[in-house]
Amino acid sequence: MRLPLSLIHAPEQPPSNREKAVAGADEDVVTMAVAAATDCLAGRDPAGIDQLYLASASSFFAEKSTAAVVARALGLRGDVVTVDHGGSLRAGAAALRAAVNAVTAGAARAVLVVASDARTAEPYSAMEADLGDAAVAFVVESDGPLRLESDCAVSRQAFDVWREDGAAALRGWEDRFVVRHGFLEPMVAAWEQWRGASGLTAAAFRHVALHAPDSRSHRELAQQLGFRAEQLVDPLFGRIGNCGNAFAPLLLAQAAGRAQPGERILSGFAGDGAWLLSWVLDRPLARTATLDAQLQRRLVLRSYRQYLQCRGLDSGAADRRSADGISATVSFRDQAADIGFSGVRCQSCGTEQFPPSRVCYRCFARDRLESVSFARRHGTLLSYSKDYFFPSPLPPVVVGVCALGGSARAYLQLADYAGEELRTGLPVEFVCRRIHASGGRPAWYWKSRLLALPEAHDA
Amino acid sequence: MPESLRDRVAIVGAGCSVFGENWTMSAEDLIVEAAFEAYADAGLDQPQRQLDAVFCGALYPSRGTAEVAESLKLFDLPITLVQNFCATGTDAFRCAAMSIAAGLYDTVLVVGFDKPKDRGVAGPSVMLNTTRGLPMTPAGWFALCAAKYFETYGAGRLELAKIAVKNHANGTLAPKSMLKKLITTDDVLQARIISWPFGLYDCAAQSDGAAALILSRADRARGWRKEPVWLKGVSIMLGPNPQSDPDFDFLGWKPTRSAARDCYRQAGITDPFRQIDIAQVHDCFTLTELLTYEDLGFCARGAARECIDAQVFHLTGELPVNTDGGLKSFGHPTGATGVRMLYENTLQLRGEAGARQVPGATLALSHNIGGAPQACGIVILGRD
Repeated sequence: MRLPLSLIHAPEQPPSNREKAVAGADEDVVTMAVAAATDCLAGRDPAGIDQLYLASASSFFAEKSTAAVVARALGLRGDVVTVDHGGSLRAGAAALRAAVNAVTAGAARAVLVVASDARTAEPYSAMEADLGDAAVAFVVESDGPLRLESDCAVSRQAFDVWREDGAAALRGWEDRFVVRHGFLEPMVAAWEQWRGASGLTAAAFRHVALHAPDSRSHRELAQQLGFRAEQLVDPLFGRIGNCGNAFAPLLLAQAAGRAQPGERILSGFAGDGAWLLSWVLDRPLARTATLDAQLQRRLVLRSYRQYLQCRGLDSGAADRRSADGISATVSFRDQAADIGFSGVRCQSCGTEQFPPSRVCYRCFARDRLESVSFARRHGTLLSYSKDYFFPSPLPPVVVGVCALGGSARAYLQLADYAGEELRTGLPVEFVCRRIHASGGRPAWYWKSRLLALPEAHDA
Repeated sequence: MPESLRDRVAIVGAGCSVFGENWTMSAEDLIVEAAFEAYADAGLDQPQRQLDAVFCGALYPSRGTAEVAESLKLFDLPITLVQNFCATGTDAFRCAAMSIAAGLYDTVLVVGFDKPKDRGVAGPSVMLNTTRGLPMTPAGWFALCAAKYFETYGAGRLELAKIAVKNHANGTLAPKSMLKKLITTDDVLQARIISWPFGLYDCAAQSDGAAALILSRADRARGWRKEPVWLKGVSIMLGPNPQSDPDFDFLGWKPTRSAARDCYRQAGITDPFRQIDIAQVHDCFTLTELLTYEDLGFCARGAARECIDAQVFHLTGELPVNTDGGLKSFGHPTGATGVRMLYENTLQLRGEAGARQVPGATLALSHNIGGAPQACGIVILGRD
């Protein structure tokens, strides 16, 4: 979703076409990570992933692995090593570095690295317009086309931007202090230290993907390090915003997608210090990020209040955390169906069905059912209604039965509905979303999403 | 071929409370009103001695069977609570009839009741104790056939509106109905949308209420105050959840079709439109009533629209449907609804339905469907 920046302070501010990417009410670090990783793994068997590293500073949980939830949603192997990298906006660099280490050491053949952050500022605060939500995923392999050449990190400690445990929103000190001591000084220090050790100069890099708190400090850092404008990857302020651990990876992915073999790419992470990584593209990537298509497909929020409701920051909204929520034992047993979107296929008659059950719908065979995942399927909208009764920041909630690319069917909400004209038979894909967090326990499940926009309605 | 209950059980007394938002009435008040009217109707003056058993139906009971036992002071009697989605009341009646046909009892009380208006919500509760299936609202479930049916047969919200207008008009003629308000198709089409295609007036009025029946074995059915009304057929059928059924066609509800086949076989009905004189069908939403016309074989598939336009199912039409206003305007206390329909059909068959009386009715059908929906109950009653 997109929040037009003009809505934040409207009508005091002049209208502009600048916006930021925000997670919808049904999106969070998990669902964005699943979406990015699913895109990254397209055409690949998820069983080939040995380790999953998730980098995030905005996980729902203080104690409980977000990476394990993402692994379940992606249908990774049961013996996959999952690691949560967090606590800082440098966690993304740490995860990439660790993945390269693991692959180099032979501990893993393929490591999936996902950086996902939903960055929530205090409403109306100065930093709000510059923050965004996003997730980016890479597969790191020993013979990958993008090779880590060298890196350099420095560590710093300051209360520049932080979020205490349990708080919904980030807090920050005065912005000039944040830029100087939380960003510029460590980045420059890392660069100087690295340049001395490696002999690399600014001119050695064709593409420069730099984290920054805002566009002005991005320009200032580039100038201090000696990079020209044409070397810089567009930091996308006014379109996405600083998306935390996903920020430098997002720009790195852009650079890797357009670099020519042999070209060198610099990625720079900042947060409690700085971490610079130098990459060389040995051959073109088999699969590049789909940012342009994702920037085009946007659902624009109509009011600032909708944004606050999506964020759970609207003081008028009912606190569903106080509700009982789903049973932990039920959600534990149902996780393959709920988070993994797995059903069953009858080994006797071939009928696919959802949710999983013990006895076949058609041939009535007992326990002849094998697991089948519908997550990566395309399906069909068989029926729908538009519900104005169920609470949602963006009513109506569209819900209906979808065919899951075979005989199985499921009653699913339609995600990201923007008022398109609906009819039965429309093709859909399936996306993992957070359905609610009743009882303080997020419940993830899948929704359908229109695959292609329906034809324009004749006037 | 399984045995049938046809002509082996009779209704000899019927009662019904006022349906509505009965803020000042408890479940006890509703049960007492309905049961004592049924006692009086049958001329049963010593229920503690004359009743052999009680079957009750309620979807939201607070104290289970004790709610009926304590309200009516019926102790040292077998009392059973039945639940079967919106067919709860119909199934309580069926269990009572089976117990009589089995030769266990001579006289049995059936009580259907529910008191949903003590829950503090205007419609169903917003459930967040599950992950799949949200939003979990009956309006969304019963709307599942709308898009496909409209695309296939060309009907739309206007046809649904005409059903609501008819049932509101019938409801004004029933003294115990919840809503007594004439409406127009414009009122229906302009009301706020609850769950497309259902606007406010496409949805039944959830209400408090209770209804009661006295059943007797056939050979003792003529000893009561009034002429018996005979059970001709009763069927309960469960179908697969249409949300996950791989073979669902989105053009009608399977359990109604299978229950109708079974019930027509018992009652010897081969041409339901010609043979049945009146019907009370489950109009929890207007589309439910439309699909039921076809699922019960009152008209061909896709022909409901023509019948609606020709007012076939109006009080003055060839086959009046929902003569007392239906769930739509009489009200829908879930456990009471099936029993309320049997109460209405009993009055109609005896010629006691007042301003809404359909002259000369001899065979009357009642129908419930509930759940996702998965459960259907149908009863056919007749008079000598």
